[in-house]
Amino acid sequence: MGDLPAPASPAPDPWAGLRAFTDARIALGRTGTSVPLHEALAFRLAHAHARDAVYSELDASKLLADLPELGLPVVQVQSQAATRPQYLQRPDLGRQLAEAARAELAGLAAGECDVALVLADGLSATAINTHAPPLLRRLVPALQAAGLRLAPLVLAEQARVALGDEVGQLLRARLVLVLIGERPGLSAPDSLGAYFTHGPRPGLTDEARNCVSNIRPAGLGYEAASDKLFFLLGEALRRQLSGVGLKDESGRLAEENSGGEAGWPG
Amino acid sequence: MSYRHTIGSRTYQFADLKTLLARATPLRAGDSLAGVAAATYEERVAAQYALADVPLRRFLSETFVPYEQDEVTRLIIDTHDAAAFAPLAHFTVGELRDWLVSDLADAAALAALAPGLTPEMVAAVSKLLRNQELIGVARRVEVVTRFRNTLGLRGHLATRLQPNHPTDDLRGIAASLVDGLLYGSGDAVLGINPATDNPRQVGDLLRMLDGVRQQYTIPTQSCVLCHVTTTLELIKQGAPVDIAFQSIAGTEAANKSFGISLSLLQEAQAATLALGRGTLGDNAMYFETGQGSALSANAHHGLDQQTCEARAYAVARRYRPLLVNSVVGFIGPEYLYDGKQIIRAALEDHFCGKLLGLPMGVDVCYTNHAEADQDDMDTLLTLLGVAGCNFIMGIPGADDIMLGYQSTSFHDALYLRQVLGLKPAPEFAAWLAQQGIFDEYGRQLPAKAARLLGQLPAALRA
Repeated sequence: MGDLPAPASPAPDPWAGLRAFTDARIALGRTGTSVPLHEALAFRLAHAHARDAVYSELDASKLLADLPELGLPVVQVQSQAATRPQYLQRPDLGRQLAEAARAELAGLAAGECDVALVLADGLSATAINTHAPPLLRRLVPALQAAGLRLAPLVLAEQARVALGDEVGQLLRARLVLVLIGERPGLSAPDSLGAYFTHGPRPGLTDEARNCVSNIRPAGLGYEAASDKLFFLLGEALRRQLSGVGLKDESGRLAEENSGGEAGWPG
Repeated sequence: MSYRHTIGSRTYQFADLKTLLARATPLRAGDSLAGVAAATYEERVAAQYALADVPLRRFLSETFVPYEQDEVTRLIIDTHDAAAFAPLAHFTVGELRDWLVSDLADAAALAALAPGLTPEMVAAVSKLLRNQELIGVARRVEVVTRFRNTLGLRGHLATRLQPNHPTDDLRGIAASLVDGLLYGSGDAVLGINPATDNPRQVGDLLRMLDGVRQQYTIPTQSCVLCHVTTTLELIKQGAPVDIAFQSIAGTEAANKSFGISLSLLQEAQAATLALGRGTLGDNAMYFETGQGSALSANAHHGLDQQTCEARAYAVARRYRPLLVNSVVGFIGPEYLYDGKQIIRAALEDHFCGKLLGLPMGVDVCYTNHAEADQDDMDTLLTLLGVAGCNFIMGIPGADDIMLGYQSTSFHDALYLRQVLGLKPAPEFAAWLAQQGIFDEYGRQLPAKAARLLGQLPAALRA
């Protein structure tokens, strides 16, 4: 058998112009029943970014170096999930503080305060490492200028959203805001979510929270996210509520979603 | 009553039947999370030994969730067909296993038996089966349903075309829809997961889907997977609803957390059937399920997640659905940790659903925080094709940009049909040939041959 001619790289389908209407992977073309190799590798790369994000860790040294410029003390805590595999399989442990962290936070509470800020790794520490500092550089001065009393900044590892409720209670905060790495998608491994709860205490569920999601330059930008959070936190403190009640009372909040941890299609 | 089994000097005791089933279940994250899993590998096998000796009749007297408290239990007990059960009424779970894998359990025997089996019996026997037996037995069962085409025929594989878009943009959805049709996808249903449950938005999507279906006279059905109460409201408004969708679970409390009850499903079925839009048949419901949903609603009553899932099939079967889809890997690693657990669960779900007489499809899927990847999905896809799964999903490039998870692509369906010689639903296959998308042997033709390309849907011409 002689040399086979090298196959031409398969072209996209003739309707590739429809890609202007969606980010979905359409008009990929094919060779046999397979997608072209460059499409297969692009998919694999996007999944690799998402997987790396799930296993990324909070860059504590950089955050501890950068965050004090905000003028807030910074404290590091862990949840009861000891490892990432345990964190992934036991969401209940990621919602509870380790014993040492409880004692430390209880010792820090000087008196009642208005807002406690928690930076939690969630499912993408990359999102916190990348987007939390620029967001906080806008949000913290705005909150301080409004006369709100802020608790020490808390860095939380192996943490779920609800961990913030225990942190907020121990720091005697009227409201807790948790910035957390969202579950990575193929299109965005670094999306930051911001969840807040009025009157935080352990045992609250998603109905008690509000969420601003997809915070990243290619999604909801820092400035817009900071403005939105500043408005929402103010409303929650003024009306002394969060969650479904806050959402129902303001048409402007209609676009928020409750950001549950286990969704369901349909 | 309690159950026991002795291995060497160690006697394992199981307080009741639901505990016995839970301990006998192959390892998965959700059962560990719920605290119902076996503590050791030996305990799991001890439970399987004990389970094998339980008479099937016991499942009719020892309910898993109290009859008085749970309408799903009442449905299971009240609709049990004693005549269909009679030939096997003297069997134990182990004897049912031996009979199912024998040559005696052919398609006719299995179809006749289905109304006599309860979901708990089916869940129990599945725990004694290896993957190859889950495949081999399910393969013999043929469950055929009809609305505008014929689904589930032996030797056929259908796909749900899932053209989701993060903001429900009509043009974005239409673009994915055209892409899927040109790849031969959509015979099970053209089905959108809407980004919101807003009735006006869902109505717009329904009208767009119906317009595309009519423009090209596609022999299929469309569906927007909104809450069933939204569908009911839209039916009253005169929207073009073909089939009604709902996520369902296996306990009354879990269904309550979904905002549904059996009477609401009954109402939806009646309202949908009253529209009379099916041309070939009156299977007018589409249900989705998944292991772990009851636990995530804190409504599992100490049952393992696979037994809860099988009970959801009792709910589904009541309403003679066109499609039932286990969205197996969507729920996340706290329920199914890795590819091995997802594959096992999918084969169990397909087996249990088929044995109970349901038109089972599977969303072969995973999330990015699960220990799984596209290779695991290829494995599962191939196994389900061998097992005779009625339908799978078709998503552009396997990447759902709205729900943020990975499933199967249009290309994946082409692969599966090719390696296993499976065809689309017959009416849809004829349409694909007429449109110049597939040839008469079901092979995809060069893309430029498709007639559809010359006349794009209105949504894309605007």
